[in-house]
Amino acid sequence: MTTPSPKAPVLQVKDLQVQFATNDGPVYAVNGVSFDLARGQTLGIVGESGSGKSQTALAMMGLLARQGQASGQVLYQGQNLLTLAPDALNTLRGAHIAMVFQDPMTALNPYLTVERQMTEVLQWHKGLDRRAARQRALAMLDAVKIPDAAGRISRYPHEFSGGMRQRVMLAMSLLCEPEILLADEPTTALDVTVQAQILALLRELQRDLGTAIVLITHDLGVVAGVCDQVLVMYGGRVMEQGSVEHIFARAAHPYTRGLLQAIPRMDGEASSLRAIPGTPPLMAQLPSGCPFAPRCALADAQCSQEVPVLHAIAASQAADEPFVAHRACHRTVAQVLHHEVLEAGHG
Amino acid sequence: MADTTPLLSVRDLQVHFPVRAASAWPWEGARPLKAVDAVSFDLYAGQTLGVVGESGCGKSTLARALLHLHPATGGSIVWRGHEMRQATPAQWMAVRKDIQMVFQDPLASLNPRMTVAQIIGEPLRIHHPELDAPAVMARVRSMMDRVGLTAQQINRYPHEFSGGQCQRIGIARALILSPKLVVCDEPVSALDVSIQAQIVNLLQDLQRELGLALIFIAHDLAVVRHISQRVMVMYLGRSVEIAERKALYQHPRHPYTQALLSAIPLLDPVAERNKVAQLLPGDLPSPLNPPSGCVFRTRCPQAQDACSATVPTLQTDAQGHAVACLRA
Amino acid sequence: MPTLIPKSVIEAAEPAQRSPWLDARIRFMRNRAAVVSLLILSCIVLACLLGPLLLPYSYEDTDWNQMGIAPTLTGWHLFGTDELGRDLLVRTLVGGRISLTVGLLATLVSVSLGVAWGAVAGFMGGRVDALMMRIVDILYAIPYLLIAIMMVTILGRDFYLVVLTISAFSWMDMARVVRGQTLSIRSKEYVEAARAIGVPTWRIIFSHVVPNLLGIVVIYTSITVPGVILTESVLSFLGLGVQEPMTSWGVLIHDGANVMASSPWMIWFPGAALTITLYCANFIGDGMRDALDPKER
Repeated sequence: MTTPSPKAPVLQVKDLQVQFATNDGPVYAVNGVSFDLARGQTLGIVGESGSGKSQTALAMMGLLARQGQASGQVLYQGQNLLTLAPDALNTLRGAHIAMVFQDPMTALNPYLTVERQMTEVLQWHKGLDRRAARQRALAMLDAVKIPDAAGRISRYPHEFSGGMRQRVMLAMSLLCEPEILLADEPTTALDVTVQAQILALLRELQRDLGTAIVLITHDLGVVAGVCDQVLVMYGGRVMEQGSVEHIFARAAHPYTRGLLQAIPRMDGEASSLRAIPGTPPLMAQLPSGCPFAPRCALADAQCSQEVPVLHAIAASQAADEPFVAHRACHRTVAQVLHHEVLEAGHG
Repeated sequence: MADTTPLLSVRDLQVHFPVRAASAWPWEGARPLKAVDAVSFDLYAGQTLGVVGESGCGKSTLARALLHLHPATGGSIVWRGHEMRQATPAQWMAVRKDIQMVFQDPLASLNPRMTVAQIIGEPLRIHHPELDAPAVMARVRSMMDRVGLTAQQINRYPHEFSGGQCQRIGIARALILSPKLVVCDEPVSALDVSIQAQIVNLLQDLQRELGLALIFIAHDLAVVRHISQRVMVMYLGRSVEIAERKALYQHPRHPYTQALLSAIPLLDPVAERNKVAQLLPGDLPSPLNPPSGCVFRTRCPQAQDACSATVPTLQTDAQGHAVACLRA
Repeated sequence: MPTLIPKSVIEAAEPAQRSPWLDARIRFMRNRAAVVSLLILSCIVLACLLGPLLLPYSYEDTDWNQMGIAPTLTGWHLFGTDELGRDLLVRTLVGGRISLTVGLLATLVSVSLGVAWGAVAGFMGGRVDALMMRIVDILYAIPYLLIAIMMVTILGRDFYLVVLTISAFSWMDMARVVRGQTLSIRSKEYVEAARAIGVPTWRIIFSHVVPNLLGIVVIYTSITVPGVILTESVLSFLGLGVQEPMTSWGVLIHDGANVMASSPWMIWFPGAALTITLYCANFIGDGMRDALDPKER
């Protein structure tokens, strides 16, 4: 789908689908996500509740709930992670592909010291002995800028503040220098000043270690700061996909544009926010056709019956942009932009 | 429509909680947890005051103190000329018609065993017992219509609604008594992005229509900038800067405000990546043990020796821009 | 222009009103074990109430011709007779009346006491709460059987005394649970919202706290019932229950145990009745707990 960047991709996802078997029938949480991720790049997956973004990440790591079924291909080093045996997947997880979660308090074991949790990872994956593992753990804690790492390493998670815990999580996930890091809303629970620190840290670590990052978030501001390419999801489907410059300057999907206008901005005049009417759909009650149709001002009968296919936007690739932008909409780009001009006129 | 006397005037408000450390001996006294330590502001009718700060700054406690849900332990709260901080419950009861609150978690602030009609009608039944049931229902219906809920939903239970709709119910409940002031404690933080705009717009429309004064508490500075006329920044229980919106966002004077504003991600990739954010070192100090002098000095890039000796107070300049900083 | 949701955006087909109680009933009905148990228990209750009226014997009629016979269809001695010629079926059903009545009454008393104690302790908080809960802790520590023996020995074996004795030691669980739930409800945002509106305290307790307590009270009541019935059987088994010739399942099991070697049916039938009742009550309790679980939306 997306043309691969000049460097060979370290992760390739092709047509990922996730469905859950529930008492009321199958629930299609993710429908057709595809992307390529190269070394040292960051992909942002943006969506609101019910968009399927978290399920995408969990499916890639093989962490879906029991009733969940993932299909498609998640190719890492030529292997499809979705069909890998559990033992093989376990060897990859933590060492080559790591994950950071939203709430560090629940992701860290409250009964074990930080040292124990970190050395465990190293002993299991790298076969280091206790002392060597501790040295590496200390080095990593320094890298994530935890002050007085030697003193703090023997503390318990609850003795750290939220921002510190998230740093510990990052340190733990990067101990084995994985090629890929999945971060599921890593800064959502943090204050904005702490968020700035964590994002700066992520950028730095990416530069130093060349990790490819998949960042899942609902915050477009975070995306603007750290991501190279962006995937916008709604109702389990990809609405628009492209480079970060494309999304912010030349977004061509009604949902993406609506989202950008609904967010109050720090720059620019504080005028009225253009809200998107209606509410995001529940995963179990997705409408037929385009999931965004019930809330889209440009929707017509075709939109509610036919699911739009993700196709490339013509002439969207600038000379220095490695990605071709894609979007899934029945309306043309010109129609979308024209409608907005009309709306602005009515104000 | 500027009124010369403020609707609400708060000076040096303090809300301290006596807290005993778990490891304390039985005879050791309790130490105060200074959730709110020196907050001062004026609010005029029909105005919106935005209150921003990060976790631990005491803004939620401030909201509850203004409604007497937590008793304030010091300072003064003057509502329309009456000192309220030490008023009796009966006096507060008379005032409650005029000051209402919208809560952060839309679903949790609604009793799961009551219907929407009962929830929105409850304030009427308490404060206007002379109204009979049909009259109450009529007002409930009209309020539901105003906030964007349909009449068919009147007998539903809260769990059947989405987050945004629950917040509309909460707003309807707060407005049914036609209050003069509504304190909104992070009303949109728990909502999806596309819904936040709906609720913010709704609040703005209702404010214009009903001439409400709003205190809008949030940690999202962009939203606060959008909806407020004046903004107050809090840190560790103290108000550190208050100014008109434009003045605060374009010329922040307190180092904390400056750091806070620089940390907000911009929605422009080029600008955001080229931005030099001021990263604050260290952690928030514990409110049980705040630093001496200026509470911000442990993380302030401009701290000096004098900052640990003197507690800075809010100094207001000619344009109404108040800062609590020795260096500003 | 106000930006209200366009009416067309709201789903056209609005589902019917579903109160939390209706939701709970639907979930309960899906639990097959609970529904079957409910049916079986209803049959047992009906049999105990109406059965003795339909049978030709009363529970104390002795038939000297048919002493100690095994179950047989002749003469309608479906469960056989005991060594005095009294029909076991009638005695089992009448004994069931006693066991179930004691169970119900004792549950009622202990639930009322437990809810009142727990709600007051939870809502008052502070020293009152601490004092009331320490009393509960002390009561837990007392060996109840000893006290029961003492009470019955001193005061006699009156039916209502048995109920009282059993209630005295079954209300503590309910009190603890209700106190915990009250504490958690007290700190919920909707209670705070009610205070912000100016709702007086008594009204908060009745409109906001109690309706949200009922779920857990119902669950724990259904858990208390089997415990109480079992306690009554234990007391009767030890000879501390109701007086002869009135009987209960515990007494019948005691008598049956004595002649187990020669007349095993004497213990099977009352034993089976008690066991089945307890199983049913437990399944129903489980079903109610799942149905009323506040975490389910």
